[in-house]
Amino acid sequence: MPEKPKVAFYWCASCGGCEESVVDLAEDILMVAEAVDIVFWPVAMDFKKSDVVAMPDRSIVATFINGAIRTSEQEEMARLIRKKSQFIIAYGSCAHMGGIPSLANQFSREQILNYVYHEAPTVQNSERTRPMLELGRNGTRVTLPEFRNTVRKLDQVIDVDYYLPGCAPTPKLLKEAVLALLSGNLPPIGTVLAPDVALCDECPRKETKPEDIAYTEFKRPHQVVTDESTCFLAQGMICMGPATRGGCEAVCTKGNMPCTGCFGPTSRCIDQGAKILSSICSAVSATNEIDMEKVLTTIPDPVGTFYRYGLAGSLLRKKIGSEK
Amino acid sequence: MSDNKKETKNWEPTIVAFFCNWCTYTAADLAGVSRLRHAANVRIIRVMCSGRVDPQFILNAYAKGADGVLIGGCHFGDCHYMEGNYKTARRFHLLKRMLQDMGIEEERCRLEWISASEGERVRTVINDMVEKVKALGPLRLPERFNEWDKEMEFIGEHNIGEEVHIHA
Repeated sequence: MPEKPKVAFYWCASCGGCEESVVDLAEDILMVAEAVDIVFWPVAMDFKKSDVVAMPDRSIVATFINGAIRTSEQEEMARLIRKKSQFIIAYGSCAHMGGIPSLANQFSREQILNYVYHEAPTVQNSERTRPMLELGRNGTRVTLPEFRNTVRKLDQVIDVDYYLPGCAPTPKLLKEAVLALLSGNLPPIGTVLAPDVALCDECPRKETKPEDIAYTEFKRPHQVVTDESTCFLAQGMICMGPATRGGCEAVCTKGNMPCTGCFGPTSRCIDQGAKILSSICSAVSATNEIDMEKVLTTIPDPVGTFYRYGLAGSLLRKKIGSEK
Repeated sequence: MSDNKKETKNWEPTIVAFFCNWCTYTAADLAGVSRLRHAANVRIIRVMCSGRVDPQFILNAYAKGADGVLIGGCHFGDCHYMEGNYKTARRFHLLKRMLQDMGIEEERCRLEWISASEGERVRTVINDMVEKVKALGPLRLPERFNEWDKEMEFIGEHNIGEEVHIHA
């Protein structure tokens, strides 16, 4: 019996949702398990790092890595897995663009540790304990990975062959990617494995998207009762759809929530946040600067809104002054 | 910023300027034929309308090493395409706030309405902006990107020369 192709899954700075989405293949996971040999999957199966070290280089056909890179451990594992794999697939928004974890690039490591270990209202830490890289006690020495100052998307650390976008990617896209890998029918290196058109194209509300929009104020989903069939832009809400790649089959807009942009931009756009800012702002109704300002103050957090899934991968990457 | 200034005694800022074909670029031409001298730090890019200036262009200019970005368009009511400059103004308002959230000072991004007859104003605005950006010091984003990535060149000092045990 010929050897089955080897496949691996790994996670870095992520929430676990991407791992869930693999299980969401439901019955199809049996088809995948039948066709491939899963050689490394820390969340579901018992493997050690030493097992990976012992594998011959390039012996894994494809590894799906989810999560951003925040710690020295994640960086080291990513480099190790790169060496052992023929293809690396950045799986999910965090590996693809930095994801929600990379919103932390607005703060320095010191600010984050100080808040989490000392200032957060739910923290009691009278001894002012902080994580240490190394601790020797009673003749033993224990170490922790280093918490880096910057959050990175996967291809800022290792070469990535393909990207599966989404928070989390849909089972349909994962299945298509696995089938493409098995058949050897692969697109050019660097391809994002999802349709290269804006989300609006597959949104069921597309017909109600107006030619001209004139915003007098921006409303957030918790402030209004949203209409279930009208375009969110027409309802005065920020929907990232126009600047976001489709392929999710509009799960959010079908669920009566505007798109928040997890699939990232299409190939024609280099900075998703700047692009949607451009589109949304130009449709503000005001014709004098005071009124413009008034309408735009109803967007309280432009970075968090427009770069929710991709600050690490944006043109500016990180707040200046948050280096130390 | 004070560190930057020490490093770069003879530093001159680079300012990328997007000028609208119908007003500000023509005004810059007028400044030229009128032999008005202005600081040589601007790299002028002619666009058909200030509304053509995608915020991506501005961020990309910083990411590629610009210290400031200047946008010049027609006064309200004068746009050759009716409302291009209104769109520019609206984008600029939010972009400026976003830039500040990302640590880029307000003075590094400037929008000015300069009509075709205001050659003198081109000079005043350029000189003023160069002076203000000079006072801030270099932005040096490409260099910063490299510096940020230096933390990746080693796997934590405490781990050097030793196997790190993960999930042990």
